[in-house]
Amino acid sequence: MVDLTTTYLGLNLKNPVVPSSSPLTGHFDDARRLEDAGASALILPSIFEEELIREQEKMDRFVVMQDIGHHEADSFLPTAHNFESKLDQILEKIARYKSALSIPVVASLNGITDSGWVDHAKDLEEAGGDAIELNLYGMNAEPGARSEAIEERYHHIVQRLVESVQIPCTVKLSNQFTGLMHFVTELEISGAAGVSLFNRFYQPDIDLETLQIKPQLNLSSWQETLLRIRWLALLRPQVKFTLAATGGFHGFQDVLKALLAGADVVHLCSVLLKGGPGVIQDILGGMSHWMEDKEYESVQQLKGSLSHQNAVNPAGYERENYMEVLDSYSYSPGVRV
Amino acid sequence: MPDPSVRYVTIDGNEAVAYIAHKTNEVIAIYPITPASPMGEHADAWSAQQRPNIFGSVPQIIEMQSEAGAAGAIHGALQAGTLATTFTASQGLLLMLPNMYKIAGELTPTVFHIAARSVAAQALSIFADHSDVMSARGTGFAMVASNSVQEAHDMALITQAATLNSRLPVLHFFDGFRTSHEVAKIRLIEDDTIAAMINTQAIREHRQRALSPDHPVIRGTSQNPDVFFQARETVNPYYERFPEILQQSMDQFGQLTGRHYRLFDYEGAEDAERIIIVMGSGAETVAETVSALQAQGEKVGVLKPRLYRPFDGRALLAALPTTTRAIAVLDRTKEPGAEGEPLYKDVAAAVMEGICQGSLPFADIPKVLGGRFGLSSKEFTPGMVCSVFDNLKQSLPKNHFTVGIHDDVTGHSLPWDEASAPAAQAQQDTIECLFYGLGSDGTVSANKNSIKIIGECTDLNAQGYFVYDSKKSGAVTVSHLRFGKQPIRSSYLIGDNRAQFVGCHQTVFLEKYDMLKKAAPNAVFVLNTSLSQDQVWASLPRSAQEHIISKNISLYIIDAYAVAQQSGMGRRINTVMQTVFFAISGVLPKDDAIKQIKASVEKTYGRKGRHITRRNFEAIDNTLAALVKVPLPGDVNSNFEIHEVGAGISDYFIKNVTAEIIAGRGDLIPVSQLPPDGTYPLSTARIEKRNISLEIPVWDEDLCTHCGKCAFVCPHGVIRSKAFPAEAVVDAPPTFKHVQIKGKDYPQGTHISYQVAPEDCTGCSLCVDICPIRDKSNASHKAVNMAPIEPLKEQEKINWDYFLSLPDMDRREVKANTMKGSMLLEPLFEFSGACSGCGETPYIKLASQLFGDRMVVANATGCSSIYGGNLPTTPWAKNAEGRGPAWNNSLFEDNAEFGLGIRAAYDQQRIIAQDCLRKLAGNINQELVDSILNATQASEADLYEQRQRVEQVRGLLSSVDDPHARQLESVLDALVRKSIWIIGGDGWAYDIGYGGLDHVLASGRDVNILVLDTEVYSNTGGQTSKATPRGAVAKFSASGKPTGKKDLARIAMTYENVYVAHVAYGAKDVHTLHTFLEAEAYPGPSLIIAYAPCIAHGVDMSNNHRQQNLAVDSGHWPLFRFDPRKAEQGTNPLKLDSKPPSIDYADFVKSETRFNMLWNTHPERAEELLNQAREEVKQRYERYQQLASLDWDEEIQ
Repeated sequence: MVDLTTTYLGLNLKNPVVPSSSPLTGHFDDARRLEDAGASALILPSIFEEELIREQEKMDRFVVMQDIGHHEADSFLPTAHNFESKLDQILEKIARYKSALSIPVVASLNGITDSGWVDHAKDLEEAGGDAIELNLYGMNAEPGARSEAIEERYHHIVQRLVESVQIPCTVKLSNQFTGLMHFVTELEISGAAGVSLFNRFYQPDIDLETLQIKPQLNLSSWQETLLRIRWLALLRPQVKFTLAATGGFHGFQDVLKALLAGADVVHLCSVLLKGGPGVIQDILGGMSHWMEDKEYESVQQLKGSLSHQNAVNPAGYERENYMEVLDSYSYSPGVRV
Repeated sequence: MPDPSVRYVTIDGNEAVAYIAHKTNEVIAIYPITPASPMGEHADAWSAQQRPNIFGSVPQIIEMQSEAGAAGAIHGALQAGTLATTFTASQGLLLMLPNMYKIAGELTPTVFHIAARSVAAQALSIFADHSDVMSARGTGFAMVASNSVQEAHDMALITQAATLNSRLPVLHFFDGFRTSHEVAKIRLIEDDTIAAMINTQAIREHRQRALSPDHPVIRGTSQNPDVFFQARETVNPYYERFPEILQQSMDQFGQLTGRHYRLFDYEGAEDAERIIIVMGSGAETVAETVSALQAQGEKVGVLKPRLYRPFDGRALLAALPTTTRAIAVLDRTKEPGAEGEPLYKDVAAAVMEGICQGSLPFADIPKVLGGRFGLSSKEFTPGMVCSVFDNLKQSLPKNHFTVGIHDDVTGHSLPWDEASAPAAQAQQDTIECLFYGLGSDGTVSANKNSIKIIGECTDLNAQGYFVYDSKKSGAVTVSHLRFGKQPIRSSYLIGDNRAQFVGCHQTVFLEKYDMLKKAAPNAVFVLNTSLSQDQVWASLPRSAQEHIISKNISLYIIDAYAVAQQSGMGRRINTVMQTVFFAISGVLPKDDAIKQIKASVEKTYGRKGRHITRRNFEAIDNTLAALVKVPLPGDVNSNFEIHEVGAGISDYFIKNVTAEIIAGRGDLIPVSQLPPDGTYPLSTARIEKRNISLEIPVWDEDLCTHCGKCAFVCPHGVIRSKAFPAEAVVDAPPTFKHVQIKGKDYPQGTHISYQVAPEDCTGCSLCVDICPIRDKSNASHKAVNMAPIEPLKEQEKINWDYFLSLPDMDRREVKANTMKGSMLLEPLFEFSGACSGCGETPYIKLASQLFGDRMVVANATGCSSIYGGNLPTTPWAKNAEGRGPAWNNSLFEDNAEFGLGIRAAYDQQRIIAQDCLRKLAGNINQELVDSILNATQASEADLYEQRQRVEQVRGLLSSVDDPHARQLESVLDALVRKSIWIIGGDGWAYDIGYGGLDHVLASGRDVNILVLDTEVYSNTGGQTSKATPRGAVAKFSASGKPTGKKDLARIAMTYENVYVAHVAYGAKDVHTLHTFLEAEAYPGPSLIIAYAPCIAHGVDMSNNHRQQNLAVDSGHWPLFRFDPRKAEQGTNPLKLDSKPPSIDYADFVKSETRFNMLWNTHPERAEELLNQAREEVKQRYERYQQLASLDWDEEIQ
């Protein structure tokens, strides 16, 4: 038997397969099924501060302040004495998961205000979350938004959170950073316990019929793993904290590649939404067979063994790789390059 | 000082009563009616929270289809041995009367709590008087009155105890609004006191008397002349004992709480000679005034009957001082034609019996006078009380007088002088504050909160009362707050020169209301304005400046909207203005007050609303920095006065009545100016010019394709289209827009204009939302776009007037079956006071455009009767020829029958007219008569010709000397086809009026029934109806409605001769248009069930159309038409006009707070109900699909 254990944000995990934030991890029964299938930890659906604010504003508008100034009706909806906000429900969920599951439960948070980040992180810690994944992004489309200032703000948020809570904080990143390497190394200095590479976002689409802008999110595909694998490999030698791979990892092969490049854990989402929790067993089985076949003893052993530092051809992760990929199209599909 | 062992709460009368009712009952049957609805709402909410009664069980709440239903349910519950109660008012009580006779006849203990309200006569009124409870005098219920919030709380328990001990049911009443809605600081009765008052042995006996198959009896028999009479007399001992039993309960209560009551409570001089006897909140005003008069040495007093039935005349006489020489009995009701009102007659009879029995306790027989006061919450003030006492002094006093009005017709009214009325010491020590706010700006909420803070954090007594205008959009609210060390007994509004604090939360109100007339000398006046301290003085009307200088008023200003904006509060200024009040009123030390406001904000929002809390805190802190005291200039220099509504109006009635009511001077209108039969003119909403919108739509004539959708959806008839010959445009204002109309139906040279009434727009922006035309280079620019009103207002006012002066297109030439064409017809329903973005009014407006000039409307009570017929104005309007919809509101429950009666009347008149015509054919013209009798009247051209023919006959008749000619003249108009419309909401159609509706559908008569389905009782505040969908949260369904929406359409289709349709104008406008045309043309009953988004759904009404689309696309609201004419032609009468559900039901449900708040309160139940509803709408569509796909020929065979 190969040893699949790994460490993630200082937590010891039985294997590197961690379902990422998705509707699946949000349902208690599914969460149990994920654990039963072998998930070593799971990340809850994100708390979006923006969504919480909207909920509060809606509650204020339609439940607390309903009066229109008419004799016959000073309100239209009953006052909800047992009103549970989304935040309440998520916090209760963490507590429930913690009492029912034996694997670590990681909360996910996306803030928009400084106080929101801190307050909600404290809430999540108080509710029993083992760690917090900071879903750190923003469009930053203002003409005056300089990249240094944006990165500085992100570092500031991470620093404040790390100072505010005792549990580890990891940062789920967008790939839209000009100086990603520098940014990530600075995150480690700021006290983050790790990063996840990379977040996938809803993208706006245009409805040609109505000329309205509508959000779109498609499930990931394996092609997206390549960018992540490259950056895992490049980052692994530069940082000591946790590197997590996320976005497009569907089969055991993808997972192994991420680990080889330097990931400590690999997050799964689309593949679970499509195939259900049982996919985890297939992946773990596939990994074990491959590792046995290749005579690896442990995940610890293979992690980062193909990082930029350890790879036989590290230049393959660098820019000239672009040309090789183009060239590779001259080979027939059956030929391993 | 407050008693530390007592829990004080600051609540209104409804909550105070419902608290006891819920604690002491097991089954509560409810039905919404103003002003009693909140009692049911509280009870429902408490049971939803699983709050138990004192017996440890959670009372079961049952909403019924009507008050008659509620009374029936209570009767049953009582007969089965539970403790049961209900709450109601006005017509609701009248609907309960038959059961009340039964309940009393069977000696069944219960208390019905009544927020007393006027019964509709010449008009409906939701306000307080005793005409409803006086109608229940004969039922056999004992009747007990409460005069204040504390008393209502106390008496709710005392009567509960007395009913159990006596077996007599009790009608406990208190004044609607004045007590039911007054917020006051009261001492809460604790559970142990409640338990001590309730006789558990009496409950056991009640249960033993219950119907049970284990010890069966028969009750409710039918009796014959031999025994009925005797049997009726068997109850006498119970009535004879009741006064004593009630007094025992009062005494027991007094021992437990220290608050003592008598059957007749007397206050005043021990040697009083002049007495007023009065029940209800007015008694508090009399008591307060008596105390002031006593201080001046006057020998006056007030007697407050608590027990009205059974009437104990001896106890009444015994309660009066033996020095009594003259008594004025004040009744808050009117019995037209009676020789006096009920309490007066009872008192007079008591005196007479005292005389006859020789037991009169007075030296001389006193004068006994009767008078009426306070009908429909008419103000009853110390000045009026003095006037009544003065009348008693006269050697020939006025009997059967009225007080509070100017009766210049029969001369019954007493004059009064408010300024000369003395103020009681308690009044002099009271701080009085007035706030003028906008209905939706949170002023009332903030003031209720301030009262709570002061009531609960200080030893001051507190009182809050709130006055609103009749509009649902842009409404004005006036909050009257009083605080004082002495109990506050002033049950009237804050008068002139009384308010120490006046807050004007909307600058525009300063130009409409003379609010500083109310300010006391040295008062504080706060104005919310964007102007600086240098600019503000010149912006005040002249009278305001005069008041400020002459009364030495301190003027403060704050830009509350800027502070709110800066603090992230948007346009919500409630917290800002509340902070201002506490910062400068001095009611509480400023720092304490700020701390309390913040604590209150935290309590309201907690962690659930941390963001909102933070914003509020910021607003509080920012307010203090932005508040400015304005140094007063010494002189009055304003060059404008308060806006006079009636200026420029020549119509005598509108100028002297309508405009006066709008100006807030309705109280001063004398009797002679008002119509005796409740008849009022049309076309009055247009004079109001409420100017409530910040933005108005602007037409881009270059982009527009003239589709008419904007005019179609406008809920207020504000944006209109008109087609006219280009040459008609003469001397047009320079900015008036008009272009050649597009489309082959209109000849070259026909121009069209889309024009907005800028002062009537509510700014809902639905016209822009529906506009399908976008600038090809800038998709955000449409053919109509919202723009700030200020730069446009003056020019658009001129353009609007010019637009109105242009001729309307001849109805015969309009293609009414096209959207563009139909919108060229003049709306005869305009500028209603409905909510901005209302989902109902576009349907009514459409009907008025298509059929308004021959339309008669029977309108059920509800939103549509309020925005349609609440004084001062009406949106129903006449056209240039003087024709328009004739409208009436009968009741809530009988609207279908009312409409059917109108139909029957017109049909009968037509038959009489046709008969006369035939008889007079020789005198008139046979050909003309034949053409009238055979006219189809199917098109506008047909109708026009028929009208021409009828006019021709009218002309000819004048020279015909025959009784039939005179008879024909009186019914001649019935020969032109009338369009009878029966309009109401879902509360009427699905619930209270369903029986009548069903009967009318079955009648086969030619009526058009329009159900404005908001899926709740919108007008009374969003209570559940049978139209409420499964899973929706509404009042009376706090944990989500567990059952599905009633399919009224399918029920109606079973008659097979009813035209039935489901429409949603925001989803498919042309479908709605065609449905209206088809329904009206159908010569039998038509039922249009119209989906109407409402603010009760918890959505912003700017999303009205989106919500309609979601409702249709999700299958919640399938569109279809069932036309019996098709069946006659051998084709399937049902046509589905919307596609199968194309989006998940959850996409609809999660977009509306009424549904999605269930995920915040009962998440698992929400999922369960969603799944059921999803399946339900799918199945319903499939069933309709199956019906619509049946081969009709085969079906028939």
